[in-house]
Amino acid sequence: MSNDIKIKKGLDIKLKGVAEKATENAIISNYCTLRPEDFHGVIPKLLVKVGAKVKAGEPVFYDKSNEAIQFVSPVSGEILEITRGEKRKILAIKLQADKEQGFQDHGKFDVNAANADSVKAHLLASGCWPFVKQRPYDVIANPNKAPKAIFISGYASAPLAADLDYTLKGKEVELQAAVTALGKLTEGAVHVSVGKNTNSPLSGLNGITLHTVSGPHPSGNVGTLINKIDPLNKGEVVWTVNAQDLVIIGELLLTGKFNAERIVALVGSSIKKPRYFKTKIGSEIATMVYDNGIDKDGNDRIISGNVLSGKQVKPDGSLDYYSNVITVIPEGDDYELFGWNKPVFNKISQTRAMTFSWLTPNKKFDLNTNTNGEHRAFVLTGNYEAVFPLDIYPLQILKACMYNDLDEMEALGMYEVAPEDFALTEFVCVSKQPHQEIIRKGLDVMIKEIG
Amino acid sequence: MGLKSTLHNLKEKYKGTNMAPAFNALHTFLYLPNETTHNGTHIKVADDLKRTMNTVIMAMVPCLLFGMFNAGYQHFSALGTPVEFLSWDAFYIGLIKVLPLVIVSYGVGLAIEFLFAVIKKHEVEEGYLVTGMLVPLIVPIDTPLWMLAVAVAFGVVIGKEVFGGTGMNILNPALTIRAFLFFAYPTWMSGDKVWVHGAVERDQMIAAGEKLDAISGETILGSLAQGKEVAYSLSDMFYGFIPGSVGETSTLLILLGGLFLIFSKIGSWRIMLSSVVGALTMGLIFNGLVNADVISEGSKFHSLMSTTFWHHLLIGGFAFGTVFMATDPVTASQTNKGKWIYGFLIGFLSIMIRVFNPAYPEGVMLAILLMNVFAPTIDHYVVQGNVKQRMKRLKVKSA
Repeated sequence: MSNDIKIKKGLDIKLKGVAEKATENAIISNYCTLRPEDFHGVIPKLLVKVGAKVKAGEPVFYDKSNEAIQFVSPVSGEILEITRGEKRKILAIKLQADKEQGFQDHGKFDVNAANADSVKAHLLASGCWPFVKQRPYDVIANPNKAPKAIFISGYASAPLAADLDYTLKGKEVELQAAVTALGKLTEGAVHVSVGKNTNSPLSGLNGITLHTVSGPHPSGNVGTLINKIDPLNKGEVVWTVNAQDLVIIGELLLTGKFNAERIVALVGSSIKKPRYFKTKIGSEIATMVYDNGIDKDGNDRIISGNVLSGKQVKPDGSLDYYSNVITVIPEGDDYELFGWNKPVFNKISQTRAMTFSWLTPNKKFDLNTNTNGEHRAFVLTGNYEAVFPLDIYPLQILKACMYNDLDEMEALGMYEVAPEDFALTEFVCVSKQPHQEIIRKGLDVMIKEIG
Repeated sequence: MGLKSTLHNLKEKYKGTNMAPAFNALHTFLYLPNETTHNGTHIKVADDLKRTMNTVIMAMVPCLLFGMFNAGYQHFSALGTPVEFLSWDAFYIGLIKVLPLVIVSYGVGLAIEFLFAVIKKHEVEEGYLVTGMLVPLIVPIDTPLWMLAVAVAFGVVIGKEVFGGTGMNILNPALTIRAFLFFAYPTWMSGDKVWVHGAVERDQMIAAGEKLDAISGETILGSLAQGKEVAYSLSDMFYGFIPGSVGETSTLLILLGGLFLIFSKIGSWRIMLSSVVGALTMGLIFNGLVNADVISEGSKFHSLMSTTFWHHLLIGGFAFGTVFMATDPVTASQTNKGKWIYGFLIGFLSIMIRVFNPAYPEGVMLAILLMNVFAPTIDHYVVQGNVKQRMKRLKVKSA
């Protein structure tokens, strides 16, 4: 088992608008929104009604298929509105935040004396469980299954990602508490990756197996880490936790408070002054975006998450449950005369077909949301493999998902992948196919048919 | 701004109607569409299928221009009144003979593509842009236009559209068109007359009783197959001053086109390289057989077998097929390992068929079509290798 992971296949997408290493407190958001769609596959059952008062860390809903998994409120306040869609599906739960924040006390937890069952019960009851995700299927972990290992990536390689070395600084105590607790949940190791030649707060932790990674994106993806260290086999389960969420877990264990505070990078070429903000899960995006750069009537795309896998949100939308980046880039809904054949200097390209980004490998690009062409059938081959470091055939597995051949999907390694692993292949796709959506749908079919 | 907004309004007007695909096809030629990403990646690379196909076409343009000059050059040389290669006289013949081939190829092919797009309500896909350019380059100069039109219609409908259009076909459409011509009109597509403009016509005049000298329009492979002396030097072969299909003669320009495709990362260098290796291997085997006296001098295969192995790369359509047609990503192997095997076998079989096929001494077309059929099989075994590894990992774990 190598502790030094070097990725060769991949692509670093260099964009304008990297966050400056300075943190501000965001304006305190008056509203906080929870969106059940952040938790893929969860059917929410509400525990509160409109008008009810909740404290931060008090359960708001639970998962219908696994009642132990509780979802708690990130703030204390009043339930203002519950938006429903078709078939009364719950789309959003909106809270009005109190001026004075009160926390539900989950009690201090002695991590070192605890065993697996008590850690599990504590995390489930306190609302920290949703931070633990599992592979296969990239959904919230099933607490009834034992994972063979737990993986945490402490290196963010995605375009304009928040620098974890910066956002986790000073949080060593919380991080240690969280990994110690998680370590009790698995017979295997807690694998943590940090960037090579970086100074990560994670590298000094006890009870972990440390790996250093280097190379282009997706070297920081947890999927890459799993594939290179201990690839998943049929019937096995591994759990993953985002490094920034360890802080919330750790604080809960140490103090008994569910503190949804998180340092978020506000990035992208549309932001005049990109930097970091301290805010809370579910906060209104507008509280950070408008005071700091973009024009109110500007034509911009606001993304909760990174440009490759994030969700498009409206300005009155909210920071989603798992993101620590808000990206704002210009929309590209305009025509370009002879855009398909004229030489291109200002867009990234994997080829040299009259595209010249290969001449300027260090240039930071200002890309917009134009698709640069129309959706087509798969034609080119070999270009996905160049940016896909996993030991899996990307084109073949995508096609297997499209024609729903479960045996083939399983044989080609579907248990090992998550949609975000196909973000780069989607970015370079000449046929503009929605790879991540194809993989997500494929995984959903497998959950339904195989379980 | 006027044109842009007018076209945008028209697009909105046609949206949902039968005419939408046809209009969009023309609109997107002028303007990169205003489509934006939704979820998934919010940004995309600059390349699309149009740009990709356009790059391949650019790589072929030198071959086309050379073919036009060569058409006239070969014509006048055969008549016994040679002209300068880069002369207006030579180009004029190319213009009146080659341009109509290009026009018919694109006209008929794109008309069918548009028709299918409108009927099946999908966008017009770009695959035919390359096919339409390949076709005039791989047919003999005197191919009658009606014949070409029939072949193109057959190739596009049966070779591509019935499978679902661009990206779904099993056989290379351009080669399907050429194979159709070859098998449907064998007297036109083989023999020693069709490769030089005017040769067939002259034959007919002689048959009608006129007292004229016949023109020989024989290709090098034709001469070799019949055991005749080859009248062209190696440098003629390399530069392309020889009779043959319109665009296939100049190895130099094909080589440059190939390098451009490799440099732009559009064409697969794996296929090109392994195909050349395959051809050289087969050539060496034949040379070895001749040196070991396995083949007697009287054998009808002797002269082709004894051709120095690397000369095979310069003659016939081998270079053109390898660079522009074996590399078609849709019909080639799709895995990187598979590409090595696929390319090698194309080169290997090309030379084998070239030597052994008595009716028509060129093998690259049949070799590529054959390997097109086997490409999915090759990929299957390559992918199975990955699957087996995964199974093995599982067994080791559970044991």
